[in-house]
Amino acid sequence: MPQYKQFPLPDTAEGLTEAEILTWHVKPGDTVTVNQIIVEIETAKAAVELPCPWAGVVTELLAEPGQTVEVGVPIITIDTDPGGAAAPVAPAPVAAEANGTSSGKIGEEMPGGRIATLVGYGPKSGAAKRRARKDAPAVAKAAVAAITPAAVVAPPAPAPVAAPAPAPVQAPGGYVPLAKPPVRKLAKDLGVDLYALTGSGPDGVITREDVESAGSAPAAAPVQSFVDNGSRERRVPIKGVRKATAQAMVDSAFTAPHVTEFLTVDVTPMMELRAKLKNAREFHGVKLTPLAFCAKAVILAARRTPDVNATWDAAANEIVYKDYVHLGIAAATPRGLVVPKVRDADRMSLKELAVALDELATVARDGKTSPADMMNGTITITNVGVFGVDTGTPILNPGESAILALGAIRDMPWVVDGEIKIRKICQLALSFDHRVVDGQQGSQFLADVGALLAEPGIAMTY
Amino acid sequence: MSSPEQWTHPEPDAAPAATAAKPTAEQVIAGLRATDEGGADLVQLLTPEGERVTHPDFDIDITAEELRGLYRDMVLIRRVDREANALQRKGQLGIWVPLLGQEAAQIGAGRAMRETDMAFPSYREHGIAWTRGINPTELLGIFRGTDQGTWDPVEKRFHPYTIVIGNQVLNAAGYAMGQKFDGKVGDDEGEATMCFFGDGATSQGDVHEGFVWAAVYDAPLVFFCQNNQWAISEPTERQSRLPLYQRARGYGFPGIRVDGNDVLATLAVTKWALDECRHGNGPILIEAFTYRMDAHTTSDDPTRYRLSDELEMWKLKDPIERVKVYLVRQQWADHEFFESVEADADKLGEELREFCTNMPDPPAERIFSNVYAEGNPNLEAQRDEFLGYVSGFAGGEH
Repeated sequence: MPQYKQFPLPDTAEGLTEAEILTWHVKPGDTVTVNQIIVEIETAKAAVELPCPWAGVVTELLAEPGQTVEVGVPIITIDTDPGGAAAPVAPAPVAAEANGTSSGKIGEEMPGGRIATLVGYGPKSGAAKRRARKDAPAVAKAAVAAITPAAVVAPPAPAPVAAPAPAPVQAPGGYVPLAKPPVRKLAKDLGVDLYALTGSGPDGVITREDVESAGSAPAAAPVQSFVDNGSRERRVPIKGVRKATAQAMVDSAFTAPHVTEFLTVDVTPMMELRAKLKNAREFHGVKLTPLAFCAKAVILAARRTPDVNATWDAAANEIVYKDYVHLGIAAATPRGLVVPKVRDADRMSLKELAVALDELATVARDGKTSPADMMNGTITITNVGVFGVDTGTPILNPGESAILALGAIRDMPWVVDGEIKIRKICQLALSFDHRVVDGQQGSQFLADVGALLAEPGIAMTY
Repeated sequence: MSSPEQWTHPEPDAAPAATAAKPTAEQVIAGLRATDEGGADLVQLLTPEGERVTHPDFDIDITAEELRGLYRDMVLIRRVDREANALQRKGQLGIWVPLLGQEAAQIGAGRAMRETDMAFPSYREHGIAWTRGINPTELLGIFRGTDQGTWDPVEKRFHPYTIVIGNQVLNAAGYAMGQKFDGKVGDDEGEATMCFFGDGATSQGDVHEGFVWAAVYDAPLVFFCQNNQWAISEPTERQSRLPLYQRARGYGFPGIRVDGNDVLATLAVTKWALDECRHGNGPILIEAFTYRMDAHTTSDDPTRYRLSDELEMWKLKDPIERVKVYLVRQQWADHEFFESVEADADKLGEELREFCTNMPDPPAERIFSNVYAEGNPNLEAQRDEFLGYVSGFAGGEH
């Protein structure tokens, strides 16, 4: 019976955390021997060849050339007993039980399916490294458990799951206060932040006296004006939402040729309609925002220009037109930008849209938007107006072909029937993927949205 | 050995200034030539082609059995080296320091030592360790970070590996001075010490100090420098204006350059040097002219700083192949012998893999043990505090 073993990517050079797969020298079905070179990887230090730890038959390659793999993540599955008599052992599922206090013995499997590479080297399993103290409160333990899966997440990671708020960390390798170890100890004991001190010793070394005087001084008297920049900078690890956002934006900006068009609209009639509806019984208790009108307008206009609701599928060499609208709403949250979707927004009435948008915003601000909620959008609105901003050039959500920025609605002088009047003015900016959407369709769509906002009655004609 | 008249003065512009960022093409070629040729003073008894040659000052009587033994040593230690290198690549060792290419230098020097002689290694001396009767598995803990080397340095007459470059030269000089003070030097029953370091270490102050002290105290110390041409990425010609063995002259003791890929020459020269030392004529510097065929360590990428031409040239001077050719030509070994050595090597490799993957984590108190020979109340207090702290964690010690 087959016995499957998985070979985790080792740290080949003292403290590396990841490596890129360059070339596989074996393929599934190949018979391999101990120490046979199976793969070439490139680390930050060198390109190295990895020997096979076991003899057997290659079952599966778990990483592709060009893929960057974290140290400790399995890269190949080998059947070490093909056709043997031993009882079958299933390959370790990558997302195994999350809890456990495995110490990370070499070769031993740990929570999350990772196999420990080496004590003292490479990333550690969170559970093993951050053991809770026996008397620690349960909350701390729960927090530790929550961190664990994120630390061992497999490479093609979906959107991050409930990443903890990144704690500010001191600059690694940057400005470090100069102080002798006993002085550091004293500062630690007295609760004095060495980063906030200016050393009076030679070459700015922080002395025992410096720490003592700071320790006895009133807390709110740090010598801020002389402090090095390093102490006024805060370094936050790029991870979670920030990392996902950055990756998505860079991917999008470098794959989809963006075109952005702008339109300034007199939305006074829309605002008047909004005022009327607010008093209507049907809309009682509903938070009817300009965004809801804008969403409705986008959905209606997309019906006439389906290109903006389509996807460029480079792999299949096809453009995918969609008969549904999953409307993404870019939301600013404490965790960063998230884009939750209103599913099948095209089937919703204005009221249903308004309710859905309100719920979406609440969930997002509470940081409870699930990764599933952020997947598979078809078109996006970003409401920069809530920040009092007039307009911007939005970047497409990857996989989508259009994004509309809704600017702030302001009282502005506007020419109406040859006279200057004060009207509610708003700017719209539409970015679209020029591979899918031509200037004509893009302009048509933007003009339609503008017209619907400028005169909601136009919707009657759709 | 060499007189000042024989000194080879470096030709102007032959070597790049140490401050030069990049050598010129001419300098690279000059450097290649310099590493290719050991020079006229190179002691060689077995050519890369496996031809036995003579030398006016050094020769050796070797039996078929002895030479087969040297061959076996070299093949086995090469296998140990390759296996450990592979273990590092499998994530089983934090780092490994390959000796590939330096087998003859180490086996020749190691087999020249008597049991009573003392050795001070750096960190690449796996072959020396082998000749001191240390099981190669005992080296693995050092590179896995579980121990500092488990052999008894007094019993094995082999000091623990020294990671700090050149530091062991001071230790060795002091030890050899002690041998002299203890009256263990003076006749054929005398003791000697051998100190191992590389070409890079010769740029260290410690090595200079060791030379000075050993010289003025006539210490019975053989300085065994394995010049493998590269101090990590720094070639020898950027570290010295004259061949390294000639430096000995300045300190007032003999310096000899031997073909470090020739196990017979290395054995002959080292035996002679150790005998000189045990009779009271030390110290002596031996420069074993060899080549590091692999990276400095597993964390290093030599393709970034040296040309593959150089490697190809040194492949032709393989220390093991020449012995094999000679054994066959002399009909001192048959097919069966070579097969049995291969089988032994395979078995040793398997032992190493087995041992390494099953190596237990050391207990937490291990870092406190063996610091002082007779204990120390301060350290014991620290130990107790630390063990108390560790046991406070859920799951206990691991």
